[in-house]
Amino acid sequence: MQWHSLSEFIDMGGRGGFVWGAYGTLALLMLAEPLLARWRHRAARVAIAERMADEEAARAAGGRP
Amino acid sequence: MHAVNSPATLTAVRPRLTWFTFASPANFYRLAGVLGPVCGLVAAAFAVAGLWMGFFVAPSDAVQGEVYRIIFIHVPAAWLSMLLYVAMAFWAALGWFLNARMAFIFARAIAPTGALFTVLALWTGSLWGRPTWGTWWVWDARLTSELILLFLYLGYMALVAAIDDTRRADKAGALLAIVGVVNVPVIYFSVVWWNTLHQGSSLTMGKEQHMASTMLVAMLLLTLACWAYAFAVVFVRAQAIVLEREGDTAWARALVAASNQG
Repeated sequence: MQWHSLSEFIDMGGRGGFVWGAYGTLALLMLAEPLLARWRHRAARVAIAERMADEEAARAAGGRP
Repeated sequence: MHAVNSPATLTAVRPRLTWFTFASPANFYRLAGVLGPVCGLVAAAFAVAGLWMGFFVAPSDAVQGEVYRIIFIHVPAAWLSMLLYVAMAFWAALGWFLNARMAFIFARAIAPTGALFTVLALWTGSLWGRPTWGTWWVWDARLTSELILLFLYLGYMALVAAIDDTRRADKAGALLAIVGVVNVPVIYFSVVWWNTLHQGSSLTMGKEQHMASTMLVAMLLLTLACWAYAFAVVFVRAQAIVLEREGDTAWARALVAASNQG
């Protein structure tokens, strides 16, 4: 291993800003994207549940479906 | 020999597996629910291994020092950006010719992930170019064609979002995706065809490698991580799109009703 201390690791030979800027953006986007996809999935489920509830309410109110 | 289905454990009769089994949105939805999390775990495992190799095993670069370590994510992101575009165009074409519902859904599900990897390839490249070339950006063939790839992804997403009629939107998007695929070989061979500031391929099949093997292994591990990640997130997004489109079907309603009771 070429690192002798944590600060040396963070410094990346004086290029820490570039290296961690690249890795940090990647981490951020790759954490955010699955969350967005999951929210979209959940929203689709909720939309179906709401539509079913609306139809159920309409039936209960006496209207024929 | 015949299979015995136990009604207590199987909610539906197990469908016979054929080439078209997963062309059914209901079957695909169930499959994706299993494969998505598996791909996510695989991605995490490869990411840990690849990052360990990249930061703690791979040596410093003789010329570039430590900043070269951006390569471990830059190259995988760039590869995935091209690969996903080809995958998107493939499914779009399949949807176009076979009129297959799931194929169009895959094409739509892939686009945002492809755009994400294109952004990452450009961004990590820029952060690498500044300290090594002395510039954030140049209009050379490799960089320009990769930027065009981003516009193709964004154009596809904007186009399918702008047309209300799903079938027309799918077809219009498919046409754009298929035409845009000519850009992929342009990106890939740009460093050969033109004299670019961008360096040549890091990895050439059948040639002696000029990278240290530990560097190569780190790059390949993170490529596999990105690949598995792409599968995982595309599965989830495809599941969402299936439900958005199939909300009036009995199977989708039964699924939602069951999960709301649980």
